[in-house]
Amino acid sequence: MAPPQMRAAKLLWQSASVVAIEPRTPTVKSFFFRLAYPFSFVPGQHMDVRLSAPDGYEAQRSYSIASAPESTDAIELAIERLQDGEVSPFFFDTVAVGDEIELRGPIGGHFMWSADDGGPLLLVGGGSGVVPLACMLRHRAARASTVPIALVYSARTAADLLFDAELRNESARGDGFHFIPTLTRETSPPAGVRAGRIDASLLGATLALLPAPPKIVFICGANRFVETAADLLLGLGISPPTIRTERYGG
Amino acid sequence: MATRGFSGRGPGAGAAQPGRLPPGQFRTADFPVLSAGPTPHIAREDWRFTLQVGPRPAKSWSWGDFIRLPITKVTPDIHCVTKWSKFDTTWEGVYIQDLLADAGLEPPTAFTLAHSFDGYSTNVPVKDLLGGRAMIAIAYDGQPITPEHGGPARLLVPHLYFWKSAKWVTGLQFTDRDEAGFWELRGYHMYGDPWQEQRYSGD
Repeated sequence: MAPPQMRAAKLLWQSASVVAIEPRTPTVKSFFFRLAYPFSFVPGQHMDVRLSAPDGYEAQRSYSIASAPESTDAIELAIERLQDGEVSPFFFDTVAVGDEIELRGPIGGHFMWSADDGGPLLLVGGGSGVVPLACMLRHRAARASTVPIALVYSARTAADLLFDAELRNESARGDGFHFIPTLTRETSPPAGVRAGRIDASLLGATLALLPAPPKIVFICGANRFVETAADLLLGLGISPPTIRTERYGG
Repeated sequence: MATRGFSGRGPGAGAAQPGRLPPGQFRTADFPVLSAGPTPHIAREDWRFTLQVGPRPAKSWSWGDFIRLPITKVTPDIHCVTKWSKFDTTWEGVYIQDLLADAGLEPPTAFTLAHSFDGYSTNVPVKDLLGGRAMIAIAYDGQPITPEHGGPARLLVPHLYFWKSAKWVTGLQFTDRDEAGFWELRGYHMYGDPWQEQRYSGD
């Protein structure tokens, strides 16, 4: 995929209203923003959020967009509460429907995919790293695309699986999307859900579900998870330029 | 616009050392890893560093030759475009001016592209590479740089956002024009001064 045209225009900050807040898991809430100046974006891109204190102090963070580009009514950001964070606890504890938050975007020109780019794709998500991957899948569904995609999604427990019902429903349609959750700290996983960390046999079996080797592999999660997944896939013969990574946190 | 209910200055805020944290940044003690693809594991025996003028190689060093060049130790603050900053990071490496001296090369143009093992590239003006402002770093915190952080060698241009400090660097190419590199082609700023908050093109 060729890089997009360089943007000459400044990415402007805009004030967006919080129109809904939805708890997704014990540690993740989705915030839905209505933009005064909507923009188009490609699944996988992120937004910058800016909080300003009355004395002028500012804090900024980046969050991946969860909603499909086709859902034009609001932008969804799924925010994980980080224990020692400054911004995510503010969202969890203080932000309410009706608040105005400054945003700008879309940002990022590498970790992104549109149905027009084709496939097959292998998606590997760890924890809240599934968010940009879910955006790609929502876009695929909205476009009624049948590009073959397999998603391996590692979460701690069944309660931590983001968008679980939605991903399950999508995979039940049998139109070429395979959903493979794996739970690392669940003592009694639900029927049909694998327990344990990702390994070569899981990734190898997932690759075998695709009709051809993946055109692009997207891996997103904490750095340790991304390193592990990327190394395993290189070991399975995936070529380095095929693999695109996005790493959260340290 | 003040955000309702936000006072800030939680963990990571820079209030303790005013003037040291660029706008929009927070301080971290960690060393986060950001890379667009998998981490290459490059053996020192296979590593070479090449100075190029346009398409023409001017001088090339093996690892053994490279580490015999003058090694300088620096302790800059670093600033990542993803908003974290890390203070007092210790690096050892070869200043770009010392590399040029060893090659007997005066800068032939005003612009460069740094190239990496994995195909990554980033542009840095020559003036930002000289005068002790940039080096090819081969050690971090007294140890060889780990592959995740760009080892065996990375460019270090700490006064610009850290994507300019190309990991797994294998060459520096003088270019006639200021040519965009990997992220600069994908919406990021051509220069990347954290104090001007030049994150994205147009900033």
